[in-house]
Amino acid sequence: MAYATDRKYTKTHEWVKTEGGTAAVGITDYAQEQLGALVFVNLPMEGDSVTAGEPLGDVESVKAVSDIISPVTGTVAAINETLLDHPERVNSDPDEAWFIKVSDVTDTDELLDAAAYEAFVEEEKAKEQ
Amino acid sequence: MEKKTPLYDVYGKYGGKIISFGGYLLPVQFKGIMEEHMAVRTAVGLFDVSHMGEITCRGKDALAFLNRVLTNDYTSLKTGSARYSPMCNDKGGIVDDLIVYKVADEDYFIVVNAATKDKDYAWMQAHVHGDCRLADVSDQYIQLALQGPKAEDVLRRLLPDEAIPKKPYTAKFHVDLQGTDTVVSRTGYTGEDGFELYFAVPDAEKVWNLLLETGRPYGIQPCGLGARDTLRMEAAMPLYGQEMSDDITPLEAGLDRFVKLTKPDFIGKAALVAAGEPQRVRVGLKVTGRGIVREHMDVWAAGKLVGHTTSGTYCPYVKRPIAMALVDRDHAAAGTPLEVDVRGRRVAVETEPLPFYTRKK
Repeated sequence: MAYATDRKYTKTHEWVKTEGGTAAVGITDYAQEQLGALVFVNLPMEGDSVTAGEPLGDVESVKAVSDIISPVTGTVAAINETLLDHPERVNSDPDEAWFIKVSDVTDTDELLDAAAYEAFVEEEKAKEQ
Repeated sequence: MEKKTPLYDVYGKYGGKIISFGGYLLPVQFKGIMEEHMAVRTAVGLFDVSHMGEITCRGKDALAFLNRVLTNDYTSLKTGSARYSPMCNDKGGIVDDLIVYKVADEDYFIVVNAATKDKDYAWMQAHVHGDCRLADVSDQYIQLALQGPKAEDVLRRLLPDEAIPKKPYTAKFHVDLQGTDTVVSRTGYTGEDGFELYFAVPDAEKVWNLLLETGRPYGIQPCGLGARDTLRMEAAMPLYGQEMSDDITPLEAGLDRFVKLTKPDFIGKAALVAAGEPQRVRVGLKVTGRGIVREHMDVWAAGKLVGHTTSGTYCPYVKRPIAMALVDRDHAAAGTPLEVDVRGRRVAVETEPLPFYTRKK
């Protein structure tokens, strides 16, 4: 799996893509695969503030609920309402299925580029074996 | 140290993801909970449930023992049949729920839950009188569950007609399954037609592979505990530790038909009779708000705590989030609007009759 080079990644398996003054946030292909089929996505509201390293919302599979950690600190400018009715889009197209767009970004978590993230995922996979 | 079933090494071959459950390392899923759940509803699934405990009960006083220690009545149980029962403590709370097979007169085979097996065995031993010999034979048995509308077709390719139990809750003993001495029981924990097979440990992998191979044309899917849980939830079958516990009575759990208050006596009867009509009851919850309701969440009615959820998730066949809860009887009538506290967020629900899914016959 090649990870897109137009964005950065976190060690908690989110991606963040900066475009036109906002940072779109989603979860990686590795993350969706680990979570399994998603059945619910819980997002913040427009105008809420999010903090780097803190949960911005959560996703639920049949078996479990998992936090989505915000890679950035800022204000929620938009949420992807499509995901509320179609959480499965996160599984089918994780790179396109953004959760929120954040404006006024003042801080970021430790971010990895695609190559570094891919190496990190390989390490995680090795640990699983 | 967590135990492994004799099939542990096989899970990896089928992509099994392993979790800890009831003191055992078991597969939570293989291909995916959704796919496995749907395979059981529409075709056939195979589960390794060897973590379940097996106890033999033999002797002239075995029947009297069962009728004393269990809430159901075993007097009329015929050889080759099985009967479900809660087992109560003196307060009427549930020690465990189990199935008893009658192998022959004075010879019974009891199947109990993994996590409670040692507790059950100690409780049973403490109540044995006269000629009644118990033995914990759990480590000698493999239990596989072959479940789904195609389960019978799969077995029919391997067994003659007379080796297949025809009615639910009946069983055939000493069936020769390609050289393996097997108990074939028409039971399960999925709300679907199906079978549970018991046989000796050395043949574990051979029979597992045989069933998967034979089931392939029918779309068989190895299934994990995740699908086992969602399947039983849709069918509103209770799980020990969730819908049942030492502090929940079988009447509260909605298991009235397995409690024979007409029997002269059984452990827990006095407490159940004294308690009268249960003040809290098990209900189904339809999630009318947004969210997934899970177990052990508080249930509220207009600012008043009225109970807690016992199980809940998104269920793949009915395609919606569902839950079960123990709530005060005043709030139990079907259609009562309630709220569940989902990690600090109030999610609207409504009581709904159980089960959520019934197999079409």
